[in-house]
Amino acid sequence: MAHEATMSPLAHADDHHGEHHETPNVFGFWLYLMTDCILFGSIFAAFAVLRNQFAGGPSGKELFDLTNVGIETAILLFSSITYGFASLNAMAKNKTMVLLWLAVTFVLGASFVGLELNEFSSMIAEGNGPDRSAFLSAFFTLVGTHGLHVTCGLIWMLVLMVQMMGPQDLSERMMNKLTCLSLFWHFLDIVWICVFSFVYLAGVM
Amino acid sequence: MLGKLSLSAIPLDVPILVGTFIGVAVIGLAVLGAVTYYGKWGYLWREWLTTVDHKRLAVMYVILAIVMLFRGFADAIMMRTQLALAYKGNPGYLPPHHYDQIFSAHGTIMIFFMAMAFMTGLMNLVVPLQIGARDVAFPFLNSLSFYMTLVGALLINISLFIGEFAQCGWLVYPPLSEMQFSPGVGVDYYIWAVQISGVGTLLTGVNFFTTIVKMRAPGMGWMQMPVFTWTAFCTTVLIMVSFPVLTVTLALLSLDRYLGMHFFTNDAGGNVMLYLSMIWTWGHPEVYILVIPAFGVFSEVTATFSQKPLFGYKTMVYATCSIMVLSFVVWVHHFFTMGAGANVNTFFGIMTMIIAVPTGVKIYNWLFTMYKGRVEFTAPMYWTIGFMITFSIGGMTGVMMAMPAADWILHNSLFLIAHFHNVIIGGVYFGYIAGMGFWFPKAFGFKLNEAWGKRAFWCWFIGFYLAFVPLYILGLEGMTRRMNHYDNPDWYPWMLVAEAGAIVIACGIACQLTQLYVSIRDRNLPENLDLTGDPWNGRTLEWAISSPPPAYNFAVIPDIHGLDTFHTEKQLGLKAHGKPLAPIHMPKNTSAGVFIGLFAFLFGFASIWYIWWLAAISLIGIVATMILRSANRDVDYYVPVSEIEHNEEVYSRRIAAAQAAE
Repeated sequence: MAHEATMSPLAHADDHHGEHHETPNVFGFWLYLMTDCILFGSIFAAFAVLRNQFAGGPSGKELFDLTNVGIETAILLFSSITYGFASLNAMAKNKTMVLLWLAVTFVLGASFVGLELNEFSSMIAEGNGPDRSAFLSAFFTLVGTHGLHVTCGLIWMLVLMVQMMGPQDLSERMMNKLTCLSLFWHFLDIVWICVFSFVYLAGVM
Repeated sequence: MLGKLSLSAIPLDVPILVGTFIGVAVIGLAVLGAVTYYGKWGYLWREWLTTVDHKRLAVMYVILAIVMLFRGFADAIMMRTQLALAYKGNPGYLPPHHYDQIFSAHGTIMIFFMAMAFMTGLMNLVVPLQIGARDVAFPFLNSLSFYMTLVGALLINISLFIGEFAQCGWLVYPPLSEMQFSPGVGVDYYIWAVQISGVGTLLTGVNFFTTIVKMRAPGMGWMQMPVFTWTAFCTTVLIMVSFPVLTVTLALLSLDRYLGMHFFTNDAGGNVMLYLSMIWTWGHPEVYILVIPAFGVFSEVTATFSQKPLFGYKTMVYATCSIMVLSFVVWVHHFFTMGAGANVNTFFGIMTMIIAVPTGVKIYNWLFTMYKGRVEFTAPMYWTIGFMITFSIGGMTGVMMAMPAADWILHNSLFLIAHFHNVIIGGVYFGYIAGMGFWFPKAFGFKLNEAWGKRAFWCWFIGFYLAFVPLYILGLEGMTRRMNHYDNPDWYPWMLVAEAGAIVIACGIACQLTQLYVSIRDRNLPENLDLTGDPWNGRTLEWAISSPPPAYNFAVIPDIHGLDTFHTEKQLGLKAHGKPLAPIHMPKNTSAGVFIGLFAFLFGFASIWYIWWLAAISLIGIVATMILRSANRDVDYYVPVSEIEHNEEVYSRRIAAAQAAE
């Protein structure tokens, strides 16, 4: 999407010295991630304000199943490791292995989303949906926003895998895309750790 | 099938709207007809609509801003006229339901689609040129940002003719904006228009921050950056930090409205004050997003027309950065009356007063720049001096309201309305118009007419005081904002004065239109043509190249040795960098922005009217276009040396012609 065409000529000159320069794409993506961080921060703030507004409905203690959440957490953290293996193989220009590890990451990510949807649907089925209380609105929105991000990451991963297939080598452009997705994926892990601690653990304790 | 949409959504019973619709339709058909008649569709599509050139996007942003200025001003003068009539037995001509939509639309349009679009336009035109870059870091995202802004503007204007607009103010405070009290589509129009354009603004922030950090010409360190670029930089930081908060706030409100959640509702534990706190966490930085680039314009204009380096460049930079940081710790002053307690209010009151310090530094810097300068009183300079007077007054009334005790009296009174129009018209609008006059020759190769520019200034300047000083007085007399009718005989004469002021401002806008017409008509007169690319004896890099610049801006990227390098070299008679020309790598135009914009428009419209199948299709359309774009490898080209040589030769001949004319 981004374009190195307009980069200052200085950066190109430096490449000849073998120095590693961060491309504007990756820099720009870092910036986007920081704005995303503020987005999550705002939802966390709203959750912090509303976390005890049960309106006579159930509290986190009655709703959360820590075993299920523990499995979700393990799966997501493990998917970060497998993405790391994909990144290592990308640096070694081993495309087949990149595809393989991305596929493993995809399966893990999809199971995470599946478990989350399962948790949501059982809560809604019991009448504890997001319209039950302000606490539940904030809970569903915070966790759901994270889940939506993971889903977007999965779609992105699929697109990259399709674009990578075929005989061509891993291009510079593709490496940049893989780096951006990896930043995104690890970032979502960090957000999830906050969700796990401040929503689930703090809710149960 | 069509959700909530039915024929009854079209307000055929409101004659004002029917008249407006006919007017808009006639003008629209005339424009479309003219384009067809002159066979310009291909040209328009290839050269403008699909462009990724920052200079052309800048022009489109400013045109959008001017059109939105008309819409916003039409709302303003309707409100003033209503209040000039609606006294005692006379109900006026606008029923409350309509009047409430007008004041909500006025604020929303002026801030999001006039001021933001104008600011983004100026940034687009000037920043890459001032730092010696060939375009922005992400040219395609730049085009996408424009279309997001345009889609927001379209949605908000469609609400005039299909359905209704929000009736709860420009920040749609809950609980009034909740489903319980606003069951119509008005608030949904607001939400989707602002959300979609907000995405565009956020992308602009990321784009320009990257551009300024990564693409400055060799040798241009942070402290060699022109002041306008510094202000643009601070604005992008503010955008990146504050706009995600706006996105979340409005998303939570839409979850309340669409899915029955309870973030800001009266029942089930919702918290209205959470909304206020969140919206102003964005809202206060937002006013600095608008005014800081205006400060940048004034700095460039003052230095250039005083023919002196800017006084206190470093303090100007530090002042701008302090304002940037402080703008995040003052938001509670928008609702001192919420009852946050004396300690909280004291903190935010003091912080608000402290912002006046760096702002004062700036005012003195501009004054000292003019001091002993050979000041040329051009139209941009008029706007600048008008700003210094008006903005100082507005700033002082702001400090008055920063005192929580005083604010308890003045909160939501017309005094507040007068204050923020004082800083937004006197600061933001005067600044953008000064910037438009200053950089117009760079964009088009000819100057704006001076006489009409000065007439416009006097109308705006006098009209502003006539329209808003009465509002200060009315506020002190206890008149609150957003009133549709009143009985107090003391208020009536002031309302008539304010109406007169609005009419004088209307004359100012007419003068500006005339200025545009006259300038385009006389563009080829020798005194209007800008052959050298440097009509004002400028100081910064944008004046080092031809007007209008070629698509790649700089044939060779200049080397920078210090602040105002271009001006220093000009004084020393240094010319031509003598670097060999090389093919220039440039991005190709793309239609992806247009298509994503189209789908975003359908998505917004479908969501407003609950047409879910259409929303789903357009969402898929957006994602599919993004994926197709990301798979496209044919996104760039090289400008051959022969073409660059040709352009350079034409430019030298123009300069020679200008010298011969002298």
